[in-house]
Amino acid sequence: MSDLVEDLLAGKHSALARVITKIENRAAGYREVVSALHEHTGHAEVIGVTGSPGAGKSTLVDKVAAEYRDRGKTVGVIAIDPSSPYSGGAVLGDRIRMASNAGDMDVFFRSMSARGSLGGLSTATTDAVTALDAFGKDYVIVETVGAGQNEVDIVRTADTVAVLVPPGSGDDVQMLKAGILEIGDVFVVNKADLDGADRTVQQLREMLQGRSTAGHHGASESEMVGATAGADEHDAEDAWEPPIVETVANRSEGVDDFLAALSDHGDYLDRTGGREQQARDRFAAEIRTLLREDANRLLARELERGGGLDAHVDTVMARETDPYTVVDEVLAPLRECLDEE
Amino acid sequence: MSVEQEQDERTIRCLVAKVGLDGHDRGAHVIARALRDAGFEVIYSGLHRSPEEVVQAAVQEDVDVVGISILSGAHKTLVPKILDGLREYDAFDDRLVLVGGIVPDDDQAELRDLGVDEIFGPGASMAEMIRYIREQAPER
Repeated sequence: MSDLVEDLLAGKHSALARVITKIENRAAGYREVVSALHEHTGHAEVIGVTGSPGAGKSTLVDKVAAEYRDRGKTVGVIAIDPSSPYSGGAVLGDRIRMASNAGDMDVFFRSMSARGSLGGLSTATTDAVTALDAFGKDYVIVETVGAGQNEVDIVRTADTVAVLVPPGSGDDVQMLKAGILEIGDVFVVNKADLDGADRTVQQLREMLQGRSTAGHHGASESEMVGATAGADEHDAEDAWEPPIVETVANRSEGVDDFLAALSDHGDYLDRTGGREQQARDRFAAEIRTLLREDANRLLARELERGGGLDAHVDTVMARETDPYTVVDEVLAPLRECLDEE
Repeated sequence: MSVEQEQDERTIRCLVAKVGLDGHDRGAHVIARALRDAGFEVIYSGLHRSPEEVVQAAVQEDVDVVGISILSGAHKTLVPKILDGLREYDAFDDRLVLVGGIVPDDDQAELRDLGVDEIFGPGASMAEMIRYIREQAPER
């Protein structure tokens, strides 16, 4: 297993690919690998790209990766697609759009499926970003359909989040409902050559003006109120105004503007200390998630030892006891342990 | 003792690749869907890929199965390039390489000698292919 880590750090592509596979499968030993990689991370700029299906995410990511390569940078891309809730299978098609980087091994493109049953997709994504970062990628782009809490969690792993809005999708209610206004640091109206693009830009601008007090992503995470108090004060005097960029990705138009907007946001993060704050928030969230998962697993094992959940359900069904009392009983040994300290 | 109860829910990943100047992808689409419905994760390459692109995809996606669809008759030039590329990136040994399409008998033996694991011609059933992949997908 440590061979795998060494090979990855030495720049071996197949080792990087295998590490991500282990992360996805949660295969034996993946934790040790990710742990070993952590000290080598912290250098990559992580960009999240989200938007509705057909907005042009993959095409834009392809052009962005190609432009970064032209500038001599290396790029990792994680593209997340849904999987079938019935068979668990998936057809991952984002790779088709990666035409500009064909055969260029220094663009490491990896498709991941949202394996429903496993849960923890955001954990897997975070770990995959860790692997790409440790491998030495200058930029890591995480691309996902923006439709739900899962995806919002995923883009939170990014330093800068770009939200793609196709023209004509712009009825106000629809966009507010999607709740993606709060997470975007940069907005992109892609396919800007289509009718209705101007109107979409206009609507976006109006809506973004209404959000100025909502804060940027990460800082608006309610769980982290305590941690972000300092950043909020800062925001008041130097708040980030999300720019709206128009692109025609399949013709590479506006890609430079988009990269400039991403880099502006990066500068903003550096200037305000937001980058460090985001990293702190992210690690806090990650620790919290892992604690919850591991504690759940411990509890499941403890339940199993006590004869499983069914026995408890039987007694609750028979009205001999109630759910609260059951929980108290199950947790009693744990509580005793803690009180002894 | 470690807290984790490793789940090890291994999902078989397959690349379905169209290589070279061959625009007939109906078959590849049917196969991609059938593999998906069998619970595999399928990475579809799109049309007109070069051998280098197929290698890049096979390595980066860390697929268990590299499925190459060729109907153009160019298998004797394109398939060896892919096999060489996989070896170059140390990604040959623990991967199944399957070829689908129209491959004359004489060429079949040659491709197998070069390292192709199985060849599925016209008339091969999906069930047969899926069973083959389930049984032969290399342990990692």
